[in-house]
Amino acid sequence: MTKEKKTLNLNFGPQHPAAHGVLRLILELDGEVVEKADPHIGLLHRGTEKLIEHKTYTQAVPYFDRLDYVAPMNQEHAFALAVEKILNLEVPIRGQFIRVMFCEIGRILSHILNVTTQAMDVGALTPTLWGFEEREKLMGFYERVSGSRLHANYFRPGGVHQDLPRGLVDDIAKFCIDFPKIINDLETLLTDNRIFKQRNVDIGIVSKQDALDYSFSGVMLRGSGVAWDLRKAQPYDCYEQLEFKIPIGKNGDCYDRYLCRIEEMRESINIINQCLVKLPKGPVKTNDAKITPPPKKELKDSMEALIHHFKLFTEGYRVDKDEIYVPVEAPKGEFGVYLISDGSNKPYKCKIKAPGFTHLQAMDYLIKGHMLADVPAILGSMDIVFGEVDR
Amino acid sequence: MTQLIDLEKKINSELATKIKSSYIKHNHLYLNIEVEDLTEVLVFLKNNSSTKFRQLIDVTAVDYPEEKNRFNLIYLLLSHEFNNRVILNYYINENEIIPSITEIFPSANWMEREVFDMYGIKFKNHPDLRRILTDYNFDGFPLRKDFPLTGHNEVRYSEDEKKVIYEPVKLEQNYRNFDYESPWEGTKYIKNINKKND
Repeated sequence: MTKEKKTLNLNFGPQHPAAHGVLRLILELDGEVVEKADPHIGLLHRGTEKLIEHKTYTQAVPYFDRLDYVAPMNQEHAFALAVEKILNLEVPIRGQFIRVMFCEIGRILSHILNVTTQAMDVGALTPTLWGFEEREKLMGFYERVSGSRLHANYFRPGGVHQDLPRGLVDDIAKFCIDFPKIINDLETLLTDNRIFKQRNVDIGIVSKQDALDYSFSGVMLRGSGVAWDLRKAQPYDCYEQLEFKIPIGKNGDCYDRYLCRIEEMRESINIINQCLVKLPKGPVKTNDAKITPPPKKELKDSMEALIHHFKLFTEGYRVDKDEIYVPVEAPKGEFGVYLISDGSNKPYKCKIKAPGFTHLQAMDYLIKGHMLADVPAILGSMDIVFGEVDR
Repeated sequence: MTQLIDLEKKINSELATKIKSSYIKHNHLYLNIEVEDLTEVLVFLKNNSSTKFRQLIDVTAVDYPEEKNRFNLIYLLLSHEFNNRVILNYYINENEIIPSITEIFPSANWMEREVFDMYGIKFKNHPDLRRILTDYNFDGFPLRKDFPLTGHNEVRYSEDEKKVIYEPVKLEQNYRNFDYESPWEGTKYIKNINKKND
């Protein structure tokens, strides 16, 4: 008698705390072993790319905050760089340092969230509570500089919206002194923790070749031992002037990716510290009045300023016909903007390349042969945020 | 930069008839080809020892409704070894079916599904060509320029029927696309307004 093989179909999500958002996974199970995974995405699709085609370049920036909403400024950066490159704009050096500093703050924001929720997915609650306290401080910096904790709309083509408020530099410096201790505390809870290691070591192994074939980027690539970081390989803004290391993993499993993220947070603190020391005085955005709005006080007594202000906030500025792809190293991997301008005040096409999209695609390959309980562990280590996957 | 010029020469000499035009801008190499040569060009770019574009970054399309060949398909490739990027593109008309490249780059799977979902472009030999980002039973191709921004259907929970229902979009006020573009250019010079108050 031959035994017929029975598989069970399980619907995971779309509302599941370990899905990190709205992911529907159709899993085919043989006992507790996953044979096939079919992710259904798009439940958070908002048509960002279509909306951007109908907005001026200034109005398009806030849409980028809403993609990967745990590290909003990193996305704005890609769009701002794309527009600047087409327009041939030079960003003042102070503006560049502020942008890099806030990008690294975004990286820490994202990595804290990921590391601690990954721990929560495998059963540890305390790291989340400790980590979120720090995230709160960082979002406080976001608020002080842009007026908003999450959807900053702070990086603009040509620089940043406004200069740092008084006292912020000192507070960020103080944070940089305190935070490494918190990382150490988190590590005492997790790095050698028996349960955490049991759940993560040798789970979701990605080989070097597969990481390339599946278009992985960021930590997913570096965890497998490929030393590739756009901040080093194709530096943008002032990354060339800063010194930092690229942590890479050895085995390409969930545990190595966790270790990479922890090390990257340390490197980010190092970068922020360098920015604070090197931060020059001067303007924070280009003084090309055709692109960036004049300061408020000018509006009272300068005719030109008033005209420029009016034109910028109604018509916006026009961008010459061109097409360009600009990637940045976002916390989750290579985030890119493929922008086609047609000489009008609105982008003709703006394709957003989100790292999470390609990572989630490999779900089936990663999970095959693992147990059902490994699904949240792998999902957690991929660092998926549905804002950017679904766009 | 010189490396990119060498690369352009190399590709042009090896694939002479296949490359319709090429140029370098913004530190990227742009190549224009014909759809028939797609597989061959991609295999060459991926495997040749002097190109090694082993990572596919993205696949996307652009819609030009007035043109005869309506869609422009775009492939972004990255070479880690040589730190180069190539942007490959070709034009097709509306009903053309194009070859899938999932055999060469496994990661093209979802990217092509997205292009299909957004533009309605069909891929030959794709393992699983379903919609990906839009809703189940969605109708139309949202990123085509003739698709309205407000869409066709809206979803709400109906208290009467006790379930979620789909209805045609009803807006109190239609979406108005204001055209703020004016032919007036303003002054060419930039007056340094910051100086006055300091």
